[in-house]
Amino acid sequence: MAILIDDTTRLVVQGLTGREGSFHAKRNRDYGTNLVAGVTPGKGGTDVDGTPVFDTVAEAVAETGADTSMVFVPARFAADAVLEAHDAGCDTIICITENIPAMDMARTVSHIRHSRRGVLIGPNCPGVISPGKANVGIIPGEICEPGPIGLVSRSGTLVYQIVNELTQKGLGQSTCVGIGGDPIPGSDFIDILEKFEADAQTEAVVLVGEIGGDAEERAAAWARENMTKPVIAYIAGRTAPPGKRMGHAGAIVSGSKGTAAAKTDALEAAGIRVGRNPTEVAEIVAEIRA
Amino acid sequence: MNLFEYQGKELLRRFEVPVPEGRVARSPEEARDAARYLGGKVVVKAQVQVGARGKQGGVELVDSPDEAAAATERILDVEFMEQNAFALVQRRSRGAQLTPEDEERISKAAPIKATRVLVERAGDIADEYYCAFLVDRSNRAFLGMMSAQGGMDIEKVAEDDPSAIARVHIDPLLGISDFHARRLVFGARINPDAVKGAVAIIPKLYRAFVEMDASQIEINPLVLTGDGKVVALDAKVTLDDSAAFRHPIFDELKAAHEVPEQERLAKEKGLNFIKLEGNVGIIGNGAGLVMSTLDVVNAAGGEPANFLDVGGGASADILSAGLEVITSNPEVRSVFVNIFGGITRCDLVAEGILDALGRLEVKVPLVVRLDGTNAEQGRKMLADAPHPMLRTANTMLGAAELAVELSRAGI
Repeated sequence: MAILIDDTTRLVVQGLTGREGSFHAKRNRDYGTNLVAGVTPGKGGTDVDGTPVFDTVAEAVAETGADTSMVFVPARFAADAVLEAHDAGCDTIICITENIPAMDMARTVSHIRHSRRGVLIGPNCPGVISPGKANVGIIPGEICEPGPIGLVSRSGTLVYQIVNELTQKGLGQSTCVGIGGDPIPGSDFIDILEKFEADAQTEAVVLVGEIGGDAEERAAAWARENMTKPVIAYIAGRTAPPGKRMGHAGAIVSGSKGTAAAKTDALEAAGIRVGRNPTEVAEIVAEIRA
Repeated sequence: MNLFEYQGKELLRRFEVPVPEGRVARSPEEARDAARYLGGKVVVKAQVQVGARGKQGGVELVDSPDEAAAATERILDVEFMEQNAFALVQRRSRGAQLTPEDEERISKAAPIKATRVLVERAGDIADEYYCAFLVDRSNRAFLGMMSAQGGMDIEKVAEDDPSAIARVHIDPLLGISDFHARRLVFGARINPDAVKGAVAIIPKLYRAFVEMDASQIEINPLVLTGDGKVVALDAKVTLDDSAAFRHPIFDELKAAHEVPEQERLAKEKGLNFIKLEGNVGIIGNGAGLVMSTLDVVNAAGGEPANFLDVGGGASADILSAGLEVITSNPEVRSVFVNIFGGITRCDLVAEGILDALGRLEVKVPLVVRLDGTNAEQGRKMLADAPHPMLRTANTMLGAAELAVELSRAGI
């Protein structure tokens, strides 16, 4: 098991012929991901290191049976690329691209949710890895180990930091999911917690949040009612000054809402232990598993 | 990007939202001319982005062009405080005992000055309302809000009496329908005389919100005038910088904003930089990791001098530029470089650090922690090029402690 991607995944990469797209697609393939196609309009019929390139996602799906798309195209074309993948029947779409206008994502996410089909992860995210099975995105595979811990994070580099701490403590991962730091994410914490709760491999979940918004608070309330598996959390931005936007469009504290303290209180009230730093998060997981 | 009031109103005017007639002035003389042109009573408003602008002396109602000039002179002299610090000053003036941390926050608050005023024709106000559109992350939809309690701090209204705010979610695919406007207007129970005007204005505000790629438009107050018109008396508009590619006007709007020298330099180089008040310089990759780095430095007893995210896939040049920006702050006593490479390659990070050390006169110690993509290679490059100011650490916590210790040791 694992969630979202595994060894049956058939991956198409939109933007495969670009510099970043080809670099990371190759790393994903070398990790063992079943990369079956690339899409770049106008470059159909060519190939990248043996992977066939198509003009449209529909053709790529028809020819190769791709079921998962990774979007690596520039921001101004990215929402269109996500819609194209959804239209072509890819039911898992992982969008790495950052700086997509919120208006574009608002329409795109609304459309996907109305369709009641498919999952969008991201945008502005590091992707998803199911260690030992498949890696779709930019998470360094070498720091991950297969195991029973699920991880879901708004921040990319904090995925790496915390996975690294977990692996060093011998705590392998079922799947690590970066949901991204945008105001309108395709999937939020609850969507992913629900999948981890249903996944046989996952025995505990680490939730990595940050200041701004109320996604962590809502996740805490949901977990209290619906999760039987233990959840351990971390919140970045305890000491961030109010009113400053810390990089992620979502990470801004205005008024009393969205602070690390408020989130920590909400999580702890739901019985979720919160580590003060990434190292302590791994220590708590180890303690719970002992 | 947060627009000044006058910029927000210019945008709203394009979408036929009624706003008072007004002119921008940069000096008392210009304000006098503006007041003369407008005639009669005018209001002079500081163009600054601080809360409680009126309470801080940034708004004056005057009767003549000469008075407008005098008011402008006073307003351009006001040293405004950011809202949180000003709230503390107000608490203190009401006799509250502040904590030493709060006193420090007040003393450290940098004064903000207006370089422009907006001179507007003043009218009778019969009633004040609140109206806003924003991107609602919780529902992944748009949210419209309206309240009959305009002119007040809406966060306080939300806290004291949530039922005083009417809310309606709008599906981004469907867009606004007249019933949405009616739900807001009737839900907020505003004066019946204002209903027709408000129902007409709301779809225009929504169009401005969507078509300008705003993340928020807030009108506080939206007023009912003595002669029965509904007018946007103030405008707080935040635009989504990611959409700048399809709005040439964004650059023009941005040009009116003065950013601190260090932040401007950082922005030019594509760095995400925010100046803070401490003395431990911070560089990291990824917003979450950098926020976490600030937290561990604080926990180790240090105070970060800045937030600096070099982003994903940073090159040696970007790293080197980042170090230049940070070490240009004279307060900085040590620098913590915290990199976990994914898309970012640690060998390029090391190259950037070595470049900065060779190119700049770095007088403060750098503590470097590298992990992830090509970390071994990066660490070896640093080990092979010893420099008196260069220290390395194996873990994030260990590096934070070392950087804090070095910041205290002095030079």
